[in-house]
Amino acid sequence: MVTRYIGKPVRRVEDLRLITGQGNYTDDIGFDAAALEVAFVRSPHAHAEIGEIDVVDALDIEGVVAIFTHEDLVGPAAEPLPVLIPHPSLHAPRTAYALAKDTVNHVGEAIVMVVAENRYLAEDAAARIKVDYRVLPAVVGIPASRAAKTAVHKDIPDNIAAHLVQQVGDVLAGMAAAPHQLEFDLTIERSCSMPLEGKAVYAKWDPDDSSLRVYSSTQAATSVRAAIAAKLNLPLPKVEVIAPDVGGGFGVKIMHPWPEEILVPMAAMRLGHPVKWTEDRREHFISSAHERGQEQHIRVGFDDAGRILALDVTFWHDNGAYTPYGIICPIVTSTQLLGPYKPGAYRVEFFSIYTTTVIVTPYRGAGRPQGVFAMERTMDRIAETLGLDRTEVRAANFIQPDEFPFDQGLIFQDGRPLIYDSGNYPAQLEMIKEMIDWAGFKDLQADAAKAGRLMGIGIGCYVEGTGPGPYEGAHIQVLNDGSVEVAIGLTSQGQGHQTVFAQIVADELGVPFESIRVTSGDTRRFGYAVGTFASRAAVMSGSAVALAARSVKAKALKVAADALECSENDLELIDGMIAVRGNPTASIALGQVAVLSNPLRYAFDEAAKAATQFARPADPNVPPVAAGEAPGLESRDYYSPPRSTFASGMHAAIVEIDPETSEITIDRYCVVHDCGTLINPMIVTGQVHGGVAQGIAGALYETLAYDEHGQLLNASFMDFLMPYVTEIPGRLELGHQETPSPLNPLGIKGAGEAGVIPVSAVIAAAVEDAMGFRIDAMPINPSALFDLRRDFANGKIDAIRSRP
Amino acid sequence: MTEERHDVQLTVNGHHRSVLVPARRTLSDFLRHDLGLTGTHVGCEHGVCGACTVLLDGEPVRSCLIFAVTITGHEVTTVEGLAPADGLSPVQQAFRECHALQCGFCTPGFLTTITAGLADNPAPTRADAVEMIAGNLCRCTGYQNIVDAVLRAAEISEQTSW
Repeated sequence: MVTRYIGKPVRRVEDLRLITGQGNYTDDIGFDAAALEVAFVRSPHAHAEIGEIDVVDALDIEGVVAIFTHEDLVGPAAEPLPVLIPHPSLHAPRTAYALAKDTVNHVGEAIVMVVAENRYLAEDAAARIKVDYRVLPAVVGIPASRAAKTAVHKDIPDNIAAHLVQQVGDVLAGMAAAPHQLEFDLTIERSCSMPLEGKAVYAKWDPDDSSLRVYSSTQAATSVRAAIAAKLNLPLPKVEVIAPDVGGGFGVKIMHPWPEEILVPMAAMRLGHPVKWTEDRREHFISSAHERGQEQHIRVGFDDAGRILALDVTFWHDNGAYTPYGIICPIVTSTQLLGPYKPGAYRVEFFSIYTTTVIVTPYRGAGRPQGVFAMERTMDRIAETLGLDRTEVRAANFIQPDEFPFDQGLIFQDGRPLIYDSGNYPAQLEMIKEMIDWAGFKDLQADAAKAGRLMGIGIGCYVEGTGPGPYEGAHIQVLNDGSVEVAIGLTSQGQGHQTVFAQIVADELGVPFESIRVTSGDTRRFGYAVGTFASRAAVMSGSAVALAARSVKAKALKVAADALECSENDLELIDGMIAVRGNPTASIALGQVAVLSNPLRYAFDEAAKAATQFARPADPNVPPVAAGEAPGLESRDYYSPPRSTFASGMHAAIVEIDPETSEITIDRYCVVHDCGTLINPMIVTGQVHGGVAQGIAGALYETLAYDEHGQLLNASFMDFLMPYVTEIPGRLELGHQETPSPLNPLGIKGAGEAGVIPVSAVIAAAVEDAMGFRIDAMPINPSALFDLRRDFANGKIDAIRSRP
Repeated sequence: MTEERHDVQLTVNGHHRSVLVPARRTLSDFLRHDLGLTGTHVGCEHGVCGACTVLLDGEPVRSCLIFAVTITGHEVTTVEGLAPADGLSPVQQAFRECHALQCGFCTPGFLTTITAGLADNPAPTRADAVEMIAGNLCRCTGYQNIVDAVLRAAEISEQTSW
């Protein structure tokens, strides 16, 4: 019987090293080489001009090796950092310098780099460096940026980096024809990825080889490599970048190059000694990226059944001080806002605006949570206005299963048409309603009310474009001992790539799972890749791995057919052995086929010796390697999809509010999720758990509290309320729906971000249901809820209409 | 001027170690930099996340909050010292079985914390398990499977102690 691995909860290959302390994170590297360590002088002001920088006192400290300011940067390294993803609508992009030049635009911007024998000494020195600042007014929050009394960048007086309008259908006509109309505002605060391992960079210059090896805690090793080569004027082949074990990413490490990814390698080259920088937690808060912050204005027109005839959304997206990652987040918000629905007409306009705060780049969900918040709050408002059940209004707006592929008529983040490939939203809705007992909740709520308890239920739906291109690749090589080396270009931050890609190879190639080794994020092994973001690793690299495995198999069967003197069609490859169907005695091990695939076969090992029995006399008149063929049993293949594939899901939650303290407790949290073919349900479930936990964090706990001076007041784990186990419901309930994607060989859709996307919308809806007044801003904490209750009691805010 | 160094003598994972370190060297940096035991991770440097938890004379402590010079004569167990010679400890086995880790960065702190917790309370309820890990942060898992792993580890320990 053939063992199948795809679809099974295969235990992770990664775990053994990670649970025994044998993981290899960037900061674990370089102790043997006595790497020098880096500390930065970072701006204490949100907005200032920089004058003199006095480093004299710092040089007195023994163990200080070098100090760099912007003046010490040369060539491309002295230029502003790149705008990774330009867009015609991003009319006023700005990026930082690797070390600040003339001005600083947020607290935490790096100004001076100190290199010393260790971090303690580097920090001693950094503390002695004096920088003259002429402090300018800070611009904090969307209203201040919009008011534009102060320009963040003086040549952009309106603080607007980008302005984009997309429209499908006639919104004016739709709105005019609609029997009902609503208009309201919504707010989502900032949050951030906050992986347990911050960023880290270790660089080693090899003077004999004029080459650079860099380890970085990144989600995009190949692109960091290209950035370093460009910025440090090195030929690409002389730079290697490795993402070793990475302690979580969640988006913040897809941003690149971070200043440190240029500066640390530069220092290693200049000093001829390995150099390392490991971000501390405060640095991560004030110099790594945030996300989420938006204000939204919504107008909607709808009919008596709740069908949206016109939807008109304007929103303002706080992009922080710079726009190195372009306008991906607001584009995603503006397009993914539509979710599983098909409004009659849709117009969306956004402004991406500057503030003197940390940059904003994708955090798990990347703009989707905000879009879903806008749409799902709209659905609840429509239901309230019409006195309809909230699920009924959603159902009335769904794209139906027979309408796929469904073209939303917009341009998505990948620059391609927003065309949903597959899904079944009505069935999903039935699944989630049954799971949480939507119909039975009314009685539960009424019984609770009799006992003086405040309970509420909420639902939220989303569609997530996953697996955007342009491509990913995979290289698979069978070694002489029959073991299989797999290399992919994108990186892993805990998603279990070494396991799931081995599962695909085991099934596609027909080899034992244990014989497969997967390497990710190492440019020595695979040079072309895009990166791990947008829930794309399984879709993109998984597909590439499948294609490469199929190529290797085809080549193996060809070589084996030649050796066994039979037709390829008569052969099967099972468990690492190629045999003639129905005649297991006529067989050859895959390792021996690997030997035979190379006409040069010195008998270095047993496999090579054994393979000689199969070697047939060569035709002296043909070249040993025929045209179009290559020695070795290996293949390098790429997968490039026409467009993204669209995963979807629905969440529902029951919350209870403490009538005295306004504390919000989540009694039940249910998820139905469709990521197409499940490669490893255990891993997908883990991804959803983690996503939901981050969603709950963003809904109830986490904010980034800036004061009016642009100081981040909660830049530590003592004040940034990242949930412990006690803040997450004891049992997250999960259901899987599988509508395979027609766009890729295995039918996969992405799963990584899904869990986080609708949570704020769901919790807001549930709290609203419990309290009887509207929740328009998230996150919500007991203090904010207490204030709303007081306002409600004083008649300052309206009650929602009672439910049917 | 050169920093004064102090002789720290202690037992780490059963081995006697003696190293000269500056007084301000944290135990976490001492383990990682001076002893090369990089399994202990530093997540926040202010004692909140728990990633750096090690066992000091069997009790869980935050190694980022302790100066190495203060623990001369004591015994430290890090994640590298949890596994018996012939395999994995019950907590390690349970983490693997229950998919209780993703990126693995916080994991060493959970493993040491739970090892000590189960020594105190070998038969925890689910509520006990939650309480046991309530001081450690994990950003990947949503904690669901870590709670399961605590209970599973207790089960494995009970089975193997027979």
